[in-house]
Amino acid sequence: MDIIAQLFAGLSLGSVLLLAALGLSLTFGQMGVINMAHGEFMMAGAYTAFVVQGVVGDAGVSLLLALPLGFVVGGLLGLLLEATLIHRMYRRPLDTLLVTWGVALVLQQVARDVFGAPNVDVRAPAWLSGAVQIGGLALPRTRLFILTLAIVCVVALALALRATPLGRRIRAVVQNRDLAEASGISSRATDRVTFFIGSGLAGVAGVALTLLGSIGPTLGTNYIVDAFLVVVAGGIGQIKGTVIAATALGLMQSFFEYSTTASVAKVLVFVTIVAFLQLRPQGLVSVRTRSLA
Amino acid sequence: MRLRSTSPHGAMRLSTVSLAVLCVVGLSACGARVDGGSDTSASAESCVDTSGDTVKIGFLNSLSGTMAISEQTVHDSLQLAAKEINADGGVLGKELEIVSEDGQSEPTVFAEKASKLITSDCVAAVFGGWTSASRKAMLPVFESQDSLLFYPVQYEGLESSPNIFYTGATTNQQIVPALDYLVEQGAKSLFLVGSDYVFPRTANKIINAYAEAHGIEIVGEEYAPLGHTDFSTIVNKVRSADADAVFNTLNGDSNVAFFKEYNNAGMSADDMPVVSVSIAEEEVGGIGVENIEGQLTAWNYYQTVDSPENTAFVEAFKAEYGEDRPTSDPMEAAYTSLYLWKAMVEKADSFAVDDVVAAADGITYDAPEGKVVVNGENHHIAKTALIGKIGADGLIHTEWSSEEPIEPDPYLEGYDWADGLS
Repeated sequence: MDIIAQLFAGLSLGSVLLLAALGLSLTFGQMGVINMAHGEFMMAGAYTAFVVQGVVGDAGVSLLLALPLGFVVGGLLGLLLEATLIHRMYRRPLDTLLVTWGVALVLQQVARDVFGAPNVDVRAPAWLSGAVQIGGLALPRTRLFILTLAIVCVVALALALRATPLGRRIRAVVQNRDLAEASGISSRATDRVTFFIGSGLAGVAGVALTLLGSIGPTLGTNYIVDAFLVVVAGGIGQIKGTVIAATALGLMQSFFEYSTTASVAKVLVFVTIVAFLQLRPQGLVSVRTRSLA
Repeated sequence: MRLRSTSPHGAMRLSTVSLAVLCVVGLSACGARVDGGSDTSASAESCVDTSGDTVKIGFLNSLSGTMAISEQTVHDSLQLAAKEINADGGVLGKELEIVSEDGQSEPTVFAEKASKLITSDCVAAVFGGWTSASRKAMLPVFESQDSLLFYPVQYEGLESSPNIFYTGATTNQQIVPALDYLVEQGAKSLFLVGSDYVFPRTANKIINAYAEAHGIEIVGEEYAPLGHTDFSTIVNKVRSADADAVFNTLNGDSNVAFFKEYNNAGMSADDMPVVSVSIAEEEVGGIGVENIEGQLTAWNYYQTVDSPENTAFVEAFKAEYGEDRPTSDPMEAAYTSLYLWKAMVEKADSFAVDDVVAAADGITYDAPEGKVVVNGENHHIAKTALIGKIGADGLIHTEWSSEEPIEPDPYLEGYDWADGLS
């Protein structure tokens, strides 16, 4: 029975990692931008949930409202960042890293000034409190909700990339920027939209995380490392890789943690990933491409 | 025609870079260096200027970084105490002039700034510090420069420096009474959950020794790295261990994730109460009252303490910083520390460190938490232990209290079961 409980815990952790990393797999994976402020876009999503709950009151309605709003808030922040800073340094990934790290610190301080340093509380709706009991197993409803949300996000993103004209343009720019431009695709516009979607997904992740963790200025820093880890292990440029990597990391962490301790599990996960990247530096799944990433 | 892949190279470079970044980010959170400051013990000659109408004191709290959330509150209550003392005529007729420095949540910065406050600002005493790492980093600075630090937070004990006054609880004034309370309530088994660093590890060593001597079974002991956000596995372990109570030494944001998980998994204070030693009034709001109502805490002060001194303190604090700001144990201990220093200076009739230390023994002050007495030998203060229950109003209400102030015993020398711990 414990094994099944751990299996669920692992899948659930995987879904949290997936939500955090999904947007990053677009901006980092597809565009090659190392965006250290991705975590702060999640934080912005979480505070969106807080503000919406303050206005709406009802926890259930506000959660459902906050999800699309969080997407827009995260997306707009991303758009702003892309338009002001990142587009100037597409060929300089290391500079982007430092600049976005600085932006992350600025955003944290802004949150601290606006909302105060202490954590704030977002109440979970009544229909998400407690656990579903299945034969001695207790599956927290919030985790089931997040699992579902992650699946919905992945499916929506995959469909958007595969079946829409926009998705075709994004894939074209990723695979060969020059050729895409030569074919009449505006790579600037495509970059912006890609960044909007990637950052928006961070906002959605932030709203979801209010159900599980603390909501404070440093929320993002707790997840950014794991999110990058997922994308790197999953392979640059493929959502499939991100999904598999997030699930594998979640399961690994929860089973290692079950048989050892949380700290040791973290070490083991890192060691496994380092070893894995030695064998397969391109990650789990790699796209054939001539572009930077 | 298939294009030959060129990706592995690019991918490898990016992944190498990002792994390097991850490592840096991960490490910087730990701030592992503990060797404090420069060893310029030759210049231990004090430069404190007491000739004018003012005397300088230093406040050293993290106003930025991860600890800012907690330390800002301590800073605020120190400011309040200084303002009150100045309004009341200062110390020995001299007005207090505050020099504030930001410890930036980094132990090394604490050591640097402490050194700066002592040698270039020439302050008479420094008030602040929160994490044990910051205190351990500052300790050699204060000892080599022969200056004074007042440290306001409960900690793991097993320390006593002639240059530090500890106005928060040591273990025998917080953890031991909490265990006494649990025994009194009939607890036979405990599950220990803590963050993975010095305070929880030391605290749990003490709890294990206590448990062995009192016939309590420790059914589990789990540590989560600082900043850990996913507690489903630990909560699974707690659930299947089915202890009589959980002893929680988690610190910071982890508490939020832990209690949300605990609650979501369908467990409550009725099934398995959790006793926490790092959750005070201001953290309750961030965790969400609905997630933590009915759980227990161990401290020496709550906002709800019923005394004229506390009423005045709470009213003054709210008037200064706003009606929605709660007061908590570390804030009260910081507030008290400034008044204790004032009393020591006045008794010594001098700002010199040696005179102040010599005058410290037996100084009493009617603090908001009740009467406190300075122990001149180990530089801690006698405090009353209070076990509280978190109410639906978000405040903590005293459930049990030690009958009188407990003498500080940082090395637990007065407890047979603690032999060999220090």
